Amino acid sequence: MKKPKEHANSIRESLVDSPDCGSRFLWSARNTVSLSEALLGTSLGGRASGLAGRSVLIATRDQLDAALVLIELDGSARRLIICPPDVSPVDIPGIVEQAEVDAVVLDISLLTEKRWREALESSVRLRIPEIVPIASLVAGAKLAKTDPLVTEWVLLTSGTSGAPKMVVHSFATLTAAIREVPQQDGNIVWGTFYDIRRYGGLQIFLRALLGTGSLVLSDAGETLTDHLMRLSLHSVTHLTGTPSHWRRAMMNPMASVIAPRYARLSGEIVDQVILNMLHVFYPDAAIGHAFASTEAGVAFEVTDGLEGFPADFVGRHGDVDIKIEENSLRIRSARTATHFLGTDESTLRDCEGCVDTGDIVERRGERYYFLGRRSGVINVGGLKVHPEEIEGLLNRHPAVQMSCVRPRRNPITGSLVVADVVLKSGRGFDEDHAELKNDILKTCRETLPRHKVPAVVNFVPALNVSAAGKMTRHNA
Amino acid sequence: MSTSIKSIIISEIQRVAADEEKALSPLTDDLVLLECGLDSLAIAILVARLEETLNLDPFTDSDDIYYPVTLGDFIRVYEEAERTRQFDSRVSG
Repeated sequence: MKKPKEHANSIRESLVDSPDCGSRFLWSARNTVSLSEALLGTSLGGRASGLAGRSVLIATRDQLDAALVLIELDGSARRLIICPPDVSPVDIPGIVEQAEVDAVVLDISLLTEKRWREALESSVRLRIPEIVPIASLVAGAKLAKTDPLVTEWVLLTSGTSGAPKMVVHSFATLTAAIREVPQQDGNIVWGTFYDIRRYGGLQIFLRALLGTGSLVLSDAGETLTDHLMRLSLHSVTHLTGTPSHWRRAMMNPMASVIAPRYARLSGEIVDQVILNMLHVFYPDAAIGHAFASTEAGVAFEVTDGLEGFPADFVGRHGDVDIKIEENSLRIRSARTATHFLGTDESTLRDCEGCVDTGDIVERRGERYYFLGRRSGVINVGGLKVHPEEIEGLLNRHPAVQMSCVRPRRNPITGSLVVADVVLKSGRGFDEDHAELKNDILKTCRETLPRHKVPAVVNFVPALNVSAAGKMTRHNA
Repeated sequence: MSTSIKSIIISEIQRVAADEEKALSPLTDDLVLLECGLDSLAIAILVARLEETLNLDPFTDSDDIYYPVTLGDFIRVYEEAERTRQFDSRVSG
């Protein structure tokens, strides 16, 4: 049994004494890098030492580029802010200001995009950050001997008001769930459908680095067929993704070319159908589903093959304390984020130190089941939808009195968006309003991204409104 | 009955493709569903529409489940669900 170094405070400290780094790899769609090369090399053209002790924003197209910079700067930079692949350049100046960014490490190809150039120009006016382009990885250019730091890791998650929330972690919080579980021996090849610049994918990246494994990175520019072929080529043993990722994979003829020993789901509500289906498809694989979020960290894993989680998880004391308050799951552990950047910890935790996940659960018998988000946020194949945004648009239509947007379960994307619409008086809701429906949908299609357009519009006579005048949402 | 289920599915596919402005490949039985021109979101919408039109939700209702890879598989899942429903209604009726 190999245990990661107990007191390591960075990726580098965890890996530096591992004898097998030369035979462990990060594979992207275009490149292969051994962990030794990653540890000894630099992709910052010799400018890494100048970034020691500073706040650094990392923006890349490619996950491997981000991975190499993380390995290079963790333990040296004061703060690393990791841009997810869909970060909007419009948000960059705000992030630069709030995270006191001293340097932007970026993929030079982003500079060819007008929106990125503009974002960086505005950022430079605000704080004058240094722009450090990512170069090819070259050997030998080691970091200057500076005192190792405990780097602050900042992850971005989509906020309700548009601007991303900046969630602060450390190497300790990010790896607590990994260090508490004994590492498996043997030749482990991790694969993930996630992007490593978000919490779920970052967990797999760190799991691969701190354990004994290698990792096959996904690539946004690659087809699922090609990704599955690469996973097969590298004989993936441990594969993770959301239920939507897995559903899509199993509809692909190439799904049968891989034979993972371990399949894990998280990031969306996991239902019994997908668990059964995975079990039938990969009969030799151990199948687990985990509850984790950027703010709450990895809370628990369920391995009994059933949806939901056993009721005795709640109130049990251990590495993770779980409580349910107002039907919402709350988590206290060493794995949760420490705070949102720019706020104190009270905005993240309640008085008992628990992070409120906002996930609503219901107890049936000896088990809890997930019902959805308290905020009403709908997850369509991994993409978040705020109902209010769509309702606002629907309500502006001249024929619409009011509307309620809710999720509808779907076997392919987990959920779809459905709209219940009350028409203005004088219009009977039972008439055939096919033309009106089409007109409403046309407005939505012109304004909204596809996953936000209601799949079904129902005309209804009335909607439930609470005594406080708020619309009663399904899960609230 | 099965012919009509197939034709209903085909016409729903064409409707979803038109709404989503997607070009369709020729719809043969051995066409891989995710390569017919509809992506997974469009197929999700198709399944929701078929639930309304046929009143069948075979992916959620059935215990014996697998994901359809080809268009032929997809149609068979619905035909099978319809046969089960007819059988059930005869037994209970």
